[in-house]
Amino acid sequence: MTDTAKPVSISLANCAKTFADGTRALEPLDLAIHAGETVVFLGPSGCGKTTTLRIIAGLEEPDAGGKVLFDGVDVTHLPIEQRNVGMVFQSYALFPNMTVAGNVGYGLRIRKVPEAEIKARVSEMLAMMQITRLADRRIDQLSGGQRQRVALARAIAVRPRALLLDEPLTALDAKLRDTLRLEIDSLLRSLGITAIYVTHDQAEAMALGDRIVVMEHGRVAQIGKPREIYQRPATRFVAEFIGTMNRLTGSVRNGTFTCRAGGVAWAQAPAAATEILFRPEDIRVVESGEATGLSGTVAAAFFLGDRTRLFVDVGEAQPLVIESTARRDFSHGDPVGLAIDPRGLLVL
Amino acid sequence: MKRRGLFYLQLGFTLLVCAFLVVPVILSIMAGLTVNYFVGIESGLTLRWVMEVWNGYRDTIFLSIGLSLACLAVTLVIGVPAAYVLAKRQTALTRALEEMLVLPVAVPGLATALALIVTYGSLSGFRTSWAFILVGHVLFTLPFMVRSVLAVLSAIDLRTLEEGAASLGAGFWPRFRDIVLPNCRQGILAGSLMVVTLSMGEFNMTWLLHTPFTKTLPVGLADAYASLRLEVGSAYTLVFFLMIMPLLLALQAFAKPRPAKFVAEDAE
Repeated sequence: MTDTAKPVSISLANCAKTFADGTRALEPLDLAIHAGETVVFLGPSGCGKTTTLRIIAGLEEPDAGGKVLFDGVDVTHLPIEQRNVGMVFQSYALFPNMTVAGNVGYGLRIRKVPEAEIKARVSEMLAMMQITRLADRRIDQLSGGQRQRVALARAIAVRPRALLLDEPLTALDAKLRDTLRLEIDSLLRSLGITAIYVTHDQAEAMALGDRIVVMEHGRVAQIGKPREIYQRPATRFVAEFIGTMNRLTGSVRNGTFTCRAGGVAWAQAPAAATEILFRPEDIRVVESGEATGLSGTVAAAFFLGDRTRLFVDVGEAQPLVIESTARRDFSHGDPVGLAIDPRGLLVL
Repeated sequence: MKRRGLFYLQLGFTLLVCAFLVVPVILSIMAGLTVNYFVGIESGLTLRWVMEVWNGYRDTIFLSIGLSLACLAVTLVIGVPAAYVLAKRQTALTRALEEMLVLPVAVPGLATALALIVTYGSLSGFRTSWAFILVGHVLFTLPFMVRSVLAVLSAIDLRTLEEGAASLGAGFWPRFRDIVLPNCRQGILAGSLMVVTLSMGEFNMTWLLHTPFTKTLPVGLADAYASLRLEVGSAYTLVFFLMIMPLLLALQAFAKPRPAKFVAEDAE
């Protein structure tokens, strides 16, 4: 699509936020978002992700000393209505006193766009979001998914320089979330717009983000591409917040990590490692007769069709989670031999 | 069968209570339309008393209408923005203000009126004008406007709605005009009817604040009962009734609980 405003690059310099009651919502943050990129702020409730988004939007001002730049221009003290950003709220924030078409056209009406042009743009937006037949409905006559589509159409209609989405799918049920996630993804790609997406759902973050900013307690824990975040988590928090992480405790001796369940051969093992982490897909159940240094017993097995999710007791506090594609029937108490791909091993 | 008996007992009791309340109203109306109340209905029906009221107290009716509309205008101009601020900023100060607004309703009208006379009575131009009564009425009715607008504003997620409008480029005034006002329309309507009705019927304060040239409808009514024939007083009641009933009916229609129009989800 060629009719959006030129995407903007956004940077935050030393942006902290302390609320009036003294709560520190955000520690000083520096962040550069490239033009046209989709960045996802991911983290648990209260990690500062929404506050950061609101600072970028212009709904909050950072503490003194913080700066927000759009394409290098200081917009720190510019209120949201002068920043030309599109925003999608978790609660949609649709105007109950206007129809769907009225909502979508509101931003254009404020910009004093001629009425004919507004009409054309509104029907274009409604068609794009596949809600043309809802044009004359009142907001209270719409389902959650329909409301979210209207909110997206309304935010994009004004050709914003950046699109900011605050947990847009959280209020929807799981199935609808999947469909809309896909739609938002193709929408963001086709618009080529700079987009910032806040969520606490790691699957959403992985699917949508060019880069993910993982946040914890008002600080950035890690910034990176989804694959980096998943495969090379920088901290234990990141490792455990995203996906499932298995853990073995023990010590390193002669290139082997030794734990209660046996040994894991790992040539590059750091000598001081007392704990190794790895993903469920990096461990497998060996065929009988294959040599292995590691063994455990099946604590639980869930057949999922394409694979079996196994919980294997190896004498640690937590059983290991294994996604097995083996064509065999596991049952509680079965002894199994295990093999770990050393490329998936992490020490944090 | 026993249950059936109980039902008729309850129905009978309810009808009795209704009659207790309604019969005086009917009698009063009849009194205003009868030629001679002491002789009874046999003396015939007449509009003579109503006409007499119209001729003698026409001015009080116009003054009351004018006063209640002026009172409405003032409470709209002060009350709606006040409710908006109270809804937006929930601090100890605004809560205290909200409580203080209600004081004139709790304090007897006579006391408020006396305070006004003691304070401003020496400003003779002001004391003898209808604006003096208006001040009392505004004090008394303002909380009803503020409360009813505030109730509607608190039920919608005003902050997010305004943020939504701001994100689309709307500054404060366009936001107030396009989002805040339309979404508290119900509250403004209900509050307006309340204010007009209360101002129209206010007696306590007005009785002290009025001068012979600024008599309102209820003050005139007291006057009529005190100094004229009972039939005239009753006819006056009838006139008052005809004016206040449509307002009360409209008030009832707007006060009906309405289905929630906007369901606000909690923020993160």
